[in-house]
Formats: sequence, C-alpha cells, structure tokens
Amino acid sequence: MTIASVENARQVPVATGPRRPRLGLPAALVPLASVAALLLVWQVVSATFFPPVLFPTPIMVGKAAVAEIASGRLLRDSLVSLRRIFGGFALGCAIGASLGLLMGSVGLARRALDPYIQFGRFVPSISLLSPALIWFGIGEGSKLFLITYTTTFIVLLNTLGAVLTVPRNKLRAAQCLGATRWQLFRLVMLPASLHGIFTGMRVGMGLSFTTVVAAEMIAADTGLGYLIINSRLWFQTDVVFVGIITLGTLGYLADKAFQMLIHRLAGRYAPTH
Amino acid sequence: MRGLSLEIERGELFCLLGPSGCGKTTVLNLLAGFEAPTAGTVSVDGRPVTTPGVERTVVFQGDDSLYTWLTAVENIEFGLRLAGVEVGTRRVTSQRYLELVGLGGQGHKYPSQLSGGMKQRIQIARALVCESPILLMDEPFAALDAQTRATLQDELIGIWQQTGRTVLFITHDIAEAIVLANRIGLMTAGPAAHMRAIVPVDLPRPRRRGDPAFGALYERLADMVSEEVRRAGARA
Repeated sequence: MTIASVENARQVPVATGPRRPRLGLPAALVPLASVAALLLVWQVVSATFFPPVLFPTPIMVGKAAVAEIASGRLLRDSLVSLRRIFGGFALGCAIGASLGLLMGSVGLARRALDPYIQFGRFVPSISLLSPALIWFGIGEGSKLFLITYTTTFIVLLNTLGAVLTVPRNKLRAAQCLGATRWQLFRLVMLPASLHGIFTGMRVGMGLSFTTVVAAEMIAADTGLGYLIINSRLWFQTDVVFVGIITLGTLGYLADKAFQMLIHRLAGRYAPTH
Repeated sequence: MRGLSLEIERGELFCLLGPSGCGKTTVLNLLAGFEAPTAGTVSVDGRPVTTPGVERTVVFQGDDSLYTWLTAVENIEFGLRLAGVEVGTRRVTSQRYLELVGLGGQGHKYPSQLSGGMKQRIQIARALVCESPILLMDEPFAALDAQTRATLQDELIGIWQQTGRTVLFITHDIAEAIVLANRIGLMTAGPAAHMRAIVPVDLPRPRRRGDPAFGALYERLADMVSEEVRRAGARA
C-alpha cells in the first residue's frame, strides 16, 4: 500500500526577479525617502513645540549653513579638523600596523609589549589631553598626539588579531614549498592579514573624528569642535547643528572614500571576493 | 601514538587507513616536518627529518591552505616564486601543471570562484610543481561529493603513474584506499596507536568496485577497522 507519493509535481518559485519593497520604491531611493521623512518630522516638531534657540528647524539650520559657507568659516574649520584627523590617522596607522605585525610574528615582542597594550586599552585618548597639552602645547601637536594614540591602538589590536588568526595550513603550505622566514612573512602573513588591518583602520578613522572634536571643544580656537562649542556659548544653536551635520557628513564621505580606495587597491585581499 | 613504525618504498602509493582520531595526520605532520617526535626517529632517504622541506610537499585537508588573494596559476607557481624562478619561466611550468590537473583555461580565477574539487586540484598542482619526489596527502578528497571524489581518485592515479612520485595518502575511506594503494597501512585506534597491519593490494588497475576480489578485500579491511572502532569504544 502506498504511504506517500509524488506524481506529476510542479513547483514554481513564488518570487521571481529582483525584490521590491512593499511601497513600490526602488531600493536606492529608500534611504533618501527616509532622510526626507526625518527632515519633515524635525521641521514640524521643532516649529510647533520648541523656541529656535533650543531646537532650530531644518530650514533655519540650512540658512545658517549657507551663511557659514558664505563667510568661509565652515570650510576653514572643516579643513583644520580634517588636517588634524588625517595627520594623526596616517601616523597612527603606520605605527599600529608596524607594531601589530611585529608583535604578531615575533613572540618576544608580543610578550614584551603585551602589558602596555592591556593597560592602554582602558585609557581613553581624551583622558590624555592634559599631559598632551603640557607636552605639546595648545596648537597642533597635542591634537596630533591624541589622534595618533587613538588610531595606533585600534589598528594595532586589529593587526595583531589578524596575524594571529592566519590559518595554520596557509603557513605550513608555504613552509613545505621552501619559504624562508622573511618570505613567509611577506608573501603569506602580510597578505593574509591585510583585510583585518584595513578593518582596524576604518574603525580608527571613526574614532579619530570623535577624538578631534573632543579635543577641539576643550582646547582649541579652530576646527569643527571649536565651532560647535563656541556657537553654543553665543546661543547660535542653528550653527551648532551645522557643525554636527558637517561632522557626520565628512565622516561618512571619508569612510566611503577609504572603502573605495581599499577595494580598488587591495580588493583581492578581501577573504571572499 | 606510541611505538609506531612504518616504511614507505620509493615510487609507491601508500595509503594510511585508520579510525578517526587515531593519529593519521600526526604521522603526516612528522614526515612533513611540521611536528617533531617526542621519541624515535623520522627519516626520508636516510636523512633525519627536522624541518619542512621542498622534497616533501603536502596536500592539505580542506581548502584553507590556498592563497585567496592569488589566482589559480599564481597559487600553483607559488613554490617556484619562493625559489626565485622568474615570472616567464614559472608561468610556462604552472600552465603545464594546470592542464595536468584538468583546469586548463581556469588559471585566471581566484579560489573563491572555484568549486571544492577544483580547489583540491589546485592544491595538488601546487604540491607537484616543485618536482618534489614525495607527496604527502591528508584526506584531500574527504570533503568532496562522491562523484568528484571518484574522478579525482582516477586522476591522482594517472598523475602518479605519469610522474612517478612517492605518495603517502591518508584516508578513513576503505574503498578509496583499495582503489588507490599499492599497500595499505592500517592503524589501531588511539590512544597509543600503532600499525596494526600492512596489507598489499595486488588487484590489477583500473580497479573496479564491482570486482569480487575488491569486495573480499573490502570485507577483510572493514572487519579489522570495526574491530578497532569497537575496542576504542570499549575503552571510552
């Protein structure tokens, strides 16, 4: 007796072609629509419930942005902050990646430097502002120091992690094909770790933005952090928002640019490509 | 592993068979020079093995030993690159091995673009390219589907016959050992594993699984393996 049977069955996948969201919007427009909706809500809420000095409307912020751009102040402060970020970021990437590779491949270096890494992980860069100001002054030196410190740590930890997790068989394969120690490092360890190193750098860039603004708010007379804190003192809340939005936008663009750069120059080093 | 002794002849295809966890891979690691014995000696061609060397290349289990940032051809010629062979010469050689393992025309692809079977072929070509007289293979086909595995077994026999290398092939698959080997070394179950028996395989090639002699040998080996598995189970 038949207990189960399939006869002349036919099965057609339910959804065919690219998926579309329910509202019928193309996927690329969804983020734009979301931002537009937020601006609308912001406009209504701030215009209805708050005085402009507490919570300016997006239209007021837009007008303030135009004025700040026209006066040249926004561009000047942005460039000052970006220069600090990229200076410290580049330096921190170089130091962090070098130390991470050294610690990853030389056991003695790893054991000798480990206490500092474990200690430094819990010391946020901004807590070093006071000694930085004493050592390097209120100018560029102290900011460069703090951003370098921030970036170094995160890049170092990511690099070390990447080197230590290179699959053992990748190394053994090269060893049995006759690799010297230097070849093993240059042709296997380094390329196998690149993706992890770049990931650390991306995180480091984000932290650099945070660090520079904090430093500029406490001790500076230029930069986006200064623009924000100074405008607050004058109750120019709309300019405060201009500063915040500029920061977010610059960070977003910098990260996208960095990602594209990595993809262009080192796409083949991504684990799956 | 304790008191394990094993001799492999020049030019033979030797299969090391045993229940999982018995230390087959450890034997390979000792011969490859990846690990050192705590007692006893390991030697190849009369010389003690202390480090990995180009005369003993390894085909690993799984595909994480391939270099994902290099194309198939660049993976294959890696050993030549390490030896300082210039690009033009090594391209010609690697192309030849690419064709030997049946991947002609796929050389520009990255490992992520290749199937499991193709990746193992790249590994085999990479291990062959240095002309090493000894090939150590650690369950290279274990993760493949039955069809691909059978094809690669036939191809390995072809390559072995063409190139005359000595092959140590580790497997836990009895039929695979019978298809491939001149001799099968059967290990006891761990701990303290050693060789239980060396079984010569005199069947003519190509060997067919339907052949009664194949079946009889299979039964004999399967009995010994299940005995080992039972003994291991009784201890556990």
